[in-house]
Amino acid sequence: MKYTQGKFIITKKSAVGQNIYSYTISCPEVSSIAVPGQFVHIRAEGHTLRRPISICGIDPGRTIRIVFEIRGEGTAAIARLNEGDLIDMIAPLGKGFTVNDDFKKVILVGGGIGTPPMLSLAEVYGSRAAVICGFRSCNAAILQEDLKKTGAQLILCTDDGSAGVHGFVTDPLAELLEKETPDAVYACGPMPMLRSVAELCGKNVFCEISLEERMACGIGACLGCACRIDRNGEEHFAHVCKDGPVFNAREVIR
Amino acid sequence: MADLSVNICGIDLKNPVIPASGVFGYGREYEEFYPLSELGGIATKGTTLNKRTGNLSPRIAETPGGMLNSVGLQNPGIDHFIETELPYLLKKDTVIIANIAGSTPEECAAVAEKLDSTDVHMIELNISCPNVKQGGAAFGTDCTTASEVTRHVRRSTKKPLIVKLSPNVTSITEIAKAVEAAGADALSLINTLLGMRIDIDTMRPVLRNNVGGLSGPAVFPVAVRMVWQTANAVNIPVIGMGGITTGRDAVEMMMAGAAAVQVGAAVFEDPYAPVRIAAEMNEFLDSRNISSVRDIIGAVKPW
Repeated sequence: MKYTQGKFIITKKSAVGQNIYSYTISCPEVSSIAVPGQFVHIRAEGHTLRRPISICGIDPGRTIRIVFEIRGEGTAAIARLNEGDLIDMIAPLGKGFTVNDDFKKVILVGGGIGTPPMLSLAEVYGSRAAVICGFRSCNAAILQEDLKKTGAQLILCTDDGSAGVHGFVTDPLAELLEKETPDAVYACGPMPMLRSVAELCGKNVFCEISLEERMACGIGACLGCACRIDRNGEEHFAHVCKDGPVFNAREVIR
Repeated sequence: MADLSVNICGIDLKNPVIPASGVFGYGREYEEFYPLSELGGIATKGTTLNKRTGNLSPRIAETPGGMLNSVGLQNPGIDHFIETELPYLLKKDTVIIANIAGSTPEECAAVAEKLDSTDVHMIELNISCPNVKQGGAAFGTDCTTASEVTRHVRRSTKKPLIVKLSPNVTSITEIAKAVEAAGADALSLINTLLGMRIDIDTMRPVLRNNVGGLSGPAVFPVAVRMVWQTANAVNIPVIGMGGITTGRDAVEMMMAGAAAVQVGAAVFEDPYAPVRIAAEMNEFLDSRNISSVRDIIGAVKPW
């Protein structure tokens, strides 16, 4: 893992939803080595701990894009930054998704604020990807236009039926899995959703999920962000920041 | 350029700033930022006789001016440390302080004995980790058990022995004196203050372990006070830590009586913190025409 700490210019800021912001950050070196699924660890003014935020888009040699939701005071402090301001980050961090050029058909599953990392994957796979996104309601849906532009097949689900399919992401996922076995399923979102996705994929479908955990150092030193993993029949604590955030769904014990 | 070097128990440190045990792993992750040789020393992740898996998540929570943690001493065990981590660290031209812990005095002594035949420079005995249900807190909060575990470890190693004290006690000076009498060569303090936060929406403690150790700038005044009291009560060097974030904090801690300092939570916000703090100490000393950092140790003029 190669990473750096520095201050980088925010070249574009936009609101993409209620309390959800998108930053495009100029960082030639970071963007040239970053891969989908990795994250950046952002300093929040006046806070002891940085905030880990997943990478949503990568323009190699130029920029990365992040999309994050204000969840508390730390993310609120980060959201006060504007275009032209410097953002202090350690990046790129963690183990990203396994991207394979030979994959002909992949399914991306994003739940709520777990959707952003799916965009960076959709940009890689284009029309070879089907993206299933789930949100509480129509007005919570984010990044639908960006996802459309990638050429991926798009399936929108809402819990209340105010847009797209009425119900959870797992219903369309089950239908797609029944039609044909994809080369990979990638997912990011709330833990109950990830658990259901992993169950549907079972043993026969290659499935990677991106986890979230409270974190301090972000680089694997402090051992704060433990998650239980079953590797070769032996249970142990892996660390979301260094061994993840992306894990093979079969390894994660929850 | 002031002279930043200090000497603790006969060991020369090029500067008095040491990343504290627990925040810095075994150093590898931070070498991506700067050469470890720029550090005065490294206190390595607390290591026990056998591998420990640690506590369930969440292990971390931010609090005003600091953070809580309850990692629970996750570590790969002393044999792994000696075979895999120590040889790497010893090549880094900095003082290596092996932090050790255990559930019984015998376990602590066994860990120290294994280190005794290595080239590690110093041993720091953690008698204060509040996260482990057996032992840990019990040793460090009682004069009898604190001196018992210190005596066991003292007998099993000739390495300079630092005993790391818990602040979760009624009288820090009584514990300090008991540990000094039991054979400690130096003391380090403070470990984290036991704390707790509750999520009022879920009615659950924010840490899976319910309680955890508080660190960060919030604890700094408590640390300065305890270091000052302890340095005045014992005749062995005291290494000060607890919430140090800037060079000025480090100067303050040394004026309180610390012969060196450790930096913990500050590395999370700024991974360069230990290196930056040493540079800022130098700036302060130069601005006051103080030629050696050793001249400020215990220099406070109490009212």
